[in-house]
Amino acid sequence: MRYVDEFRDPGLITRAVEEIHRIAEPGRHYRIMEVCGGHTHAIYRFGLKDILPEDIELIHGPGCPVCVLPMGRIDDGLALAQKNDAIFAAFGDMMRVPGTHGSPFEHKARGTDVRIVYSPADALQIARKNPERQVIFFAIGFETTAPSTALTLMRAKREGIRNFSVFCNHVTIVPAIRAILDSPDMRLDAFIGPGHVSTVIGCRPYEWIARAEGKPVVTSGFEPLDLLQSIVMLLRQLRAGEAKVENQYKRVVPWEGNRAALKAMAEVFELRPHFEWRGLGFISQSALRIRKEYADWDSEQRFDVPETRVADPKAAQCGEVLKGVLKPAQCKLFGKECTPEHPIGALMVSSEGSCAAYYNYEYRKTASLVTEISSVA
Amino acid sequence: MCLAIPGKIVSLVPDQPHLGVVEVTGVRRRVDLGLLLEDMPTIGDWVLIHVGFAMSRISEQDAAEQMQLLTMLGEGEAAMKEVRGYGLEEPGDFRSTEKHRLGTGNTPTIQ
Repeated sequence: MRYVDEFRDPGLITRAVEEIHRIAEPGRHYRIMEVCGGHTHAIYRFGLKDILPEDIELIHGPGCPVCVLPMGRIDDGLALAQKNDAIFAAFGDMMRVPGTHGSPFEHKARGTDVRIVYSPADALQIARKNPERQVIFFAIGFETTAPSTALTLMRAKREGIRNFSVFCNHVTIVPAIRAILDSPDMRLDAFIGPGHVSTVIGCRPYEWIARAEGKPVVTSGFEPLDLLQSIVMLLRQLRAGEAKVENQYKRVVPWEGNRAALKAMAEVFELRPHFEWRGLGFISQSALRIRKEYADWDSEQRFDVPETRVADPKAAQCGEVLKGVLKPAQCKLFGKECTPEHPIGALMVSSEGSCAAYYNYEYRKTASLVTEISSVA
Repeated sequence: MCLAIPGKIVSLVPDQPHLGVVEVTGVRRRVDLGLLLEDMPTIGDWVLIHVGFAMSRISEQDAAEQMQLLTMLGEGEAAMKEVRGYGLEEPGDFRSTEKHRLGTGNTPTIQ
């Protein structure tokens, strides 16, 4: 088993699709939200929309930690690095995200020491290797990534590495789902639940969605067969009038989550009273900050943070796309002022942004089809 | 960042118990096993890797069970179609079946 190819088997995909067509109730329009940006990308990348019945509408949720970060936080992180001549370390995904005065890459071009890391451990290593420089790790991500940042901070403290700090922008997924369900303009039937966040928090945190809101939830893997099987499981529940949490991604997601990861998070982080999310506004208890026991490794304690608050560009409809109210192509700037080459908002550059997914997999397909037709005519 | 990939542990680092070496499509890299201390994987185990940390052990049994479920999708339906297709039933057959069932002699009365 290599855990990838098997889940892309064409024969099994056909079976799963046939089952979906068979059990979808005729005349019923299904609105299913996939919360995770990674699921959005998989859906577009594998062309799943093309093989699903038209009456199954997949709605993209806000599970993209880069996309939901307000621009002001990026501005703040870069300002800290610039003012203190510090090394700004962040995941590659952050590099082209627009800030008010440019993206991290653009700041790099103007002299700020911006470096791509693939792990918080890499950022700590940079600090070890450059003892005379301050290193600021711009931490982003949901609960999938927070435990790794936590472990890294624990190591920094244990080793007494003084030139390392974390600018923490970790957010939690459940409050975002709650905000979506509380939104008056959102009508949903069911959820494809987060895949990798669930390896940390388990499946219990979603039980209220089934019990209190009456919506089925199936935590799903990311391969085509995973997503198709999850849709089969959701349709079966909906058909039977059931609402419960099921775990399709059993091979990786433990129902109770990862205790060691949760312990590390609890040791290092606490919940902020509230945090501003792009598109969803201020949500209470939805983001993490570093505890005072680790204050010496908290960029927000070590440095003076400008606390910039910036409104999104007026014409950009990032917020509505994030909530699933608009599809990417319905944003007025999509494909025109806003493309991956010159993005207006993070959704167009993040590897989990729905606009980027649509643009890279779906939009160009349609565009090339138009070119083919017009060149033949 | 949802991106997480499966990798096989090919060796452990002798003096650093929280580190392991995984192989992902032929490439070997060190990953941090610190989040799996309560269920430490060994050489040959597959783990799910995210930003340089192993998040979870991949259960081969669960994966195999899942494949089995997927293989069975539509089989019940296929079997039903198969059986329905058998043209062995004539209109009269139903009544004769009834007679056999009520073969004890107790004929029902229709009021």
